[in-house]
Amino acid sequence: MTMTATTLLKLTMAQALNQALRDAMKADETVLMFGEDVGALGGVFRITDGLTAEFGEDRCFDTPLAESGIVGMAVGLAMNGMRPVVEMQFDAFGYPAFEQVVSHVAKMRNRTRGRVTLPMVIRMPYAGGIGGVEHHCDSSESYYAHTPGLTVVAPATVADAYTLLRKAIEHPDPVIFMEPKKLYWAKEEVDLSVSQPGIGKAVVRREGRDATLIAYGPTVPIALEAAEVAAADGRQLQVVDLRSIVPFDDETVCTAVRSTGRAVVVAEASGFASVSSEIVARVTERCFHSLAAPIRRVTGFDIPYPPPKLERHQLPGVDRILDAVDDLQWEDS
Amino acid sequence: MTTVEERLLPSAEPIQLIDEHGVPHDHPQYRLPAEQTLVDGYAQLVKGRRINDQAGALVRQGRLAVYPSSHGQEACQVAATMVLRDQDWLFPTYRDTVSIISRGVDPIETLTLLRGDWHSGYDPYQRNVAPQATPLATQLIHAVGVAHAARLKGEDTVVMALCGDGATSEGDFHEALNFAAVFKAPVVFFIQNNEYAISVPLARQTVAPSLAHKGIGYGVPGERADGNDLAGLLAVLGQAVDKARAGEGPQLIEAHTYRVQAHTNADDATRYRNDAEVAPWLERDPLKRLEAYLVERGLLDEASKNKVVAAADQAAETLRIGLMEEVQPDPAELFDYLYAEKTPQLREQAAFLQDELAREEA
Repeated sequence: MTMTATTLLKLTMAQALNQALRDAMKADETVLMFGEDVGALGGVFRITDGLTAEFGEDRCFDTPLAESGIVGMAVGLAMNGMRPVVEMQFDAFGYPAFEQVVSHVAKMRNRTRGRVTLPMVIRMPYAGGIGGVEHHCDSSESYYAHTPGLTVVAPATVADAYTLLRKAIEHPDPVIFMEPKKLYWAKEEVDLSVSQPGIGKAVVRREGRDATLIAYGPTVPIALEAAEVAAADGRQLQVVDLRSIVPFDDETVCTAVRSTGRAVVVAEASGFASVSSEIVARVTERCFHSLAAPIRRVTGFDIPYPPPKLERHQLPGVDRILDAVDDLQWEDS
Repeated sequence: MTTVEERLLPSAEPIQLIDEHGVPHDHPQYRLPAEQTLVDGYAQLVKGRRINDQAGALVRQGRLAVYPSSHGQEACQVAATMVLRDQDWLFPTYRDTVSIISRGVDPIETLTLLRGDWHSGYDPYQRNVAPQATPLATQLIHAVGVAHAARLKGEDTVVMALCGDGATSEGDFHEALNFAAVFKAPVVFFIQNNEYAISVPLARQTVAPSLAHKGIGYGVPGERADGNDLAGLLAVLGQAVDKARAGEGPQLIEAHTYRVQAHTNADDATRYRNDAEVAPWLERDPLKRLEAYLVERGLLDEASKNKVVAAADQAAETLRIGLMEEVQPDPAELFDYLYAEKTPQLREQAAFLQDELAREEA
């Protein structure tokens, strides 16, 4: 990877993603960026800001407004030597492309016994917490994680946003890149020349001996906040950031849970038949004898994402996380 | 000066250069292909028909799971590839086996999919033939991507994208034509209108004057041809490929043909149409008319015809022997091709299956 920065920079996640695209396009001229409003406007979240000006219309361009067409065209471009990166603008706008994703993006490599590979990235600004109206706040990661052949990642920090996007673009296979849009404006001091762990690796964001919070994407900062509050009350919570949903890092997650014997999964998506239910199942299967209590979940309700005035009731918050932790059958309570 | 509409709208009647009796007709815009091209094309038609019928027989013998035949549509199948150069691409559907073979892909590799070995049996890059598409119209937008990549790389590549009449109702048909037009991608969209999508007739797909008329909505020139006239198809498709290659953008061609057999062996066409409807189409058979024309012009005699038939029989026999062979795919392969590197979970599951198989054998 070519890094352009070697010193500490104060960047938002949006700026880090923009820098990752810029550096990837500089490093490899087959990298193309396209979608809706990603050209002159620079994307509705400005993630592609300035890319058309710097790399030209052939490298970063607007398409007709049709998501299936965008993803399908990326398939063809990837078949013929390009590394397309496409933006779905908003999570729920990605659904028209679902057939292309499930029937072709995910299956082409397997269908052709590895002869046709699709190195492409589908960028998906996702999840809520921004007061968005209907169709702008879905957490759709479970659909993609359920589809064999896809790689699904979700950064939660500014440094990870940069590293994971670079690695997703270099990845030999298609990556669904879930961008937690409420973290777009989160600022961090980062050194982009320091590479973070790759796709498939979870990290422990905070050490703690009493219980493990497992989170990814938008719920990582909430989990960290909850751990901070719990520490003031004398309970040490460990926080694991998955980073990569597929492949899933069983090793890091299970090592963490075994070290505490208690766990709460925190995810914004509805809980039924979801990534969070998968985490509970696999950790229970592997760590049953280390568990002092059933694993609890704090997730969105099984309802369509609520309107802005009601969204706070859907989002996992510090209190719900701490209540779930309290519920982990502590011997002394 | 021609208006935009005149440039985009197809001809009032499908282009026909040789009629169903084998009689040639002059056309102001399209010339009859060279004699040798028609002689070669005839040999391919005969071979295509034999392969269709052989594959059908293999289904009845239980060797293939299913076969969507292009019996009666061989002129479309053969013309689609005859107009292409080596560097060009073909995007076929499940009914386009003959076209794939005519492009030079190994016939047995083409059909192992239907023997149940794997989802696709051939290497798409060997002859630039995409895997056969089973979902309708989804491959058309891939064709646009391949063509656009070629343009960005400065390569001289035209993409022939095939679909049927039913597929024109799908959203991806619309998106593909629109994208191709906006990006001026060198794609020839070739619809084989065989009047049926399984049981549903064309009248339930559209009330447009013709499928070729749909091009005007995208700014894509449309043209229509008699789908059972190889000469007309070669002229029309050849001109479309030339225009796409010259940088004029995508072209939309509709061939009027007919699915004389059922959708597949699993379908019962008597439930939705009668023999009286099928009969006239048998008279319009693409082989019969070209043969009549070639014989009349002295380009085909009994001896040369026997040679063509013998070569087709040989191809069918090779196909039969190859597909009678029982090949057991390796279950380990189930996990091998999802990712460049197996996920830890897939490694675990592959080991589980290996263990289960070992216990079965023990």
